[in-house]
Amino acid sequence: MSTVEAPHRAKADRPAEAPASAAAQPLYASRQKVYPKRVFGPVRSVKWAVLALCLALYYVVPWIRWDRGPGVPDQAVLVDITNARIFFFWVEIWPQEIYFLTGALILGAFALFAVSSLFGRLWCGFTCPQTVWTDLFMWVERWIQGDRNARMKLDQGPHNANYWTRKGLTHLVWALIAAATGGAWVMYFNDAPTITREFLAGEAGVQVYFFFGLFAGFTYLLAGWAREQVCTYMCPWPRFQAAMLDENSLVVTYRDWRGEPRGKLKAEGVGDCVDCFACVHVCPTGIDIRDGQQLECIGCGLCVDACDSVMGKLGRPKGLVAFETLKNLSASAAATAGMAPGEARFAAGMAVRHVPRFIRPRTMMYAGALAVVSLVMLGAFLMRSTLDVTVLRDRAPLFVRLSDGSIRNGYTIKIVNKTREQAALALEIQAPAGIRMVVQDVENDARGRPLLTRRADGIAQYRVFLTAPHGMRLHDDTPVTFRLLDAQGRAVASQSSNFLGPKS
Amino acid sequence: MPTKIEKDGLTGRETTGHEWDGLKELNTPLPKWWLYSFYACIAFAAVWVVIYPSWPGWNGTSGWIAREAIVGEMAEATARNAPMMARLREATPTQIAADPQMRDFALAGGRVAFANNCAACHGAGGQGAVGGYPALVDDDWLWGGSLEAIQTTIRHGIRNAEDNEARTSLMPRFGADGMLTAAQIGDVAEYVLSLSGQSTDAAAVARGETVYAENCVACHAERGVGNRELGAPRLSDLVWLHGGTKRDIIAMVNNPRMGVMPAWQGRLDPATINMLTVYVHALGGGE
Repeated sequence: MSTVEAPHRAKADRPAEAPASAAAQPLYASRQKVYPKRVFGPVRSVKWAVLALCLALYYVVPWIRWDRGPGVPDQAVLVDITNARIFFFWVEIWPQEIYFLTGALILGAFALFAVSSLFGRLWCGFTCPQTVWTDLFMWVERWIQGDRNARMKLDQGPHNANYWTRKGLTHLVWALIAAATGGAWVMYFNDAPTITREFLAGEAGVQVYFFFGLFAGFTYLLAGWAREQVCTYMCPWPRFQAAMLDENSLVVTYRDWRGEPRGKLKAEGVGDCVDCFACVHVCPTGIDIRDGQQLECIGCGLCVDACDSVMGKLGRPKGLVAFETLKNLSASAAATAGMAPGEARFAAGMAVRHVPRFIRPRTMMYAGALAVVSLVMLGAFLMRSTLDVTVLRDRAPLFVRLSDGSIRNGYTIKIVNKTREQAALALEIQAPAGIRMVVQDVENDARGRPLLTRRADGIAQYRVFLTAPHGMRLHDDTPVTFRLLDAQGRAVASQSSNFLGPKS
Repeated sequence: MPTKIEKDGLTGRETTGHEWDGLKELNTPLPKWWLYSFYACIAFAAVWVVIYPSWPGWNGTSGWIAREAIVGEMAEATARNAPMMARLREATPTQIAADPQMRDFALAGGRVAFANNCAACHGAGGQGAVGGYPALVDDDWLWGGSLEAIQTTIRHGIRNAEDNEARTSLMPRFGADGMLTAAQIGDVAEYVLSLSGQSTDAAAVARGETVYAENCVACHAERGVGNRELGAPRLSDLVWLHGGTKRDIIAMVNNPRMGVMPAWQGRLDPATINMLTVYVHALGGGE
């Protein structure tokens, strides 16, 4: 099929009538601004509480002090880039233990999967920073510009002094919150009181101002301007979280079997939905939950509060929009199929509902993975050593023949001490009899063993030589073990290596 | 290319005119933010091309050049190290080895200087190579393994024409110049092997001892213990610069190969020579 013929064939296949909406296509898709309306109710109260808790944690944590002794940062939570340490209350993480951070992230991911499969998008609707800060910014907006109708009127009305005052004030408060957000971020990487003073005095480093600007700027941009577009277009999580949800997950749903056909309050033969659009007006992403499950729905449940308050005023049962499983929803729909609107239909629909099955293979798998990762993390943490010894065998040369014909191997021993105590440790080897050990630049103890020092909170490095006398029969590769003994003679660390000689 | 804009029947949207197996591609508009980001990138690139050296022959208006940036960073690093390098220049190797701060710096700096200047002959780890490149990690030294001796060797080198204070010695060409017969050379080689307990021919050793006493003892000393003043190797140990078989020893007596090392004074600054001295001394064989 040649490309020249293609348009002709396409034309032939085309329906005779094209739809009437032949208006010129825009070059880009414009955003429809969302004006969420204020709402009261239990979900909103929980959302406020979560918001307050999250923000309080974020802003207060850097200021918590934790005494670790002299010369060590006294900030409870601190990522000390310069000295390559992470402090978390009583825990101090070295760079080579970054797997604890990895483990925490894996733990967080599995917790997210588990929660999503049980309760839907709880993370998106309540705790995601995008949601928390957007909610805060919307609260400021509402406080200064008024509720939904007032804001719409302000936007559509004349751009007079009132308009610019309210808009300017809103953006000013947003900028202040954004600045506080960026400011708190840099405190996690610097001593909070010091960096605050230096920051205000203009003495902090360029990177401090850069990251402050980065986080402040993006807070302002994402929470003030981008808002629901972040969730809809930018965030990958909504795209693949459907894989965690199933028909037993609690999601925000509209009970269409009860609400349809929607109609005016006094109309005959209509369902419970009075088509008041309260659920649409409060939605922070500007969607209609009555259209069914949608990508844009972040599961915040504000429409549940909105609908419940309307139903309450009308004296109808609450829960027309509710956290419900899709399984119950379809069961109710099946039970009420063909029934006329009314109390009988409502009773029939509610009667077939079941308590959501929280224990099911999917959730058990997530719980199992969560438990395994937790146990591994706990085990790794409890068995975490504060003293590590590494032995690096010289590779160039593999061995040295000395003038008396003896064979010498060189090793570099590193003693990693994660505590702040300095102590001398005796080094001994477990090796075939005859192999002698010499450590460069150290003293020997009373029993002739080299004394190595573990440096406080640091790495001490030593050069060690093992020598096998001339004529000693050795395998090509003889295992040797280095052991470090404390003052009481207990082995505190050991590391095996090998001793190489010429091919015999 | 379609000659006119087509509309898709089902959605009413424009198509791009592309068709594959009867499926036509809808012309889906880009989001506004994407489009403007794209334009911003183009604008950014246009400015970048003008400011930075982005094209052969165009050095940009900013005057920024990667090479100069590197030169600047190198100068910064040099300036940062300058106080320590000044200390290392003034101190003796012994003083450096005794001061932990200077010693750590010298070992790190010496490692780099060794890799750049010495490793070609002496090996990356100072292991040397058979054929006249001495190992620096062992305990056998031709001209001495003390800090002072090592420093002198590095400064002036060995048997070079460029430094009057270079360490110099010359072993006669006993075979090639007809001073010894082939039989005598074989005997003396057997004697030399006996010094490290490797001989198998007692009669040859006895004959060789006489040859040794008449020709070799002046430099290599009694029982082959060697003489560091002359760089005469110790023959009684098991480290052989030019190989330790009888064949190797005969070849050396017949027509000796005399190694050469350049003088590094003038090539390297005194601080670097001091760092190298301390580094080589710490390789494992320092005396």
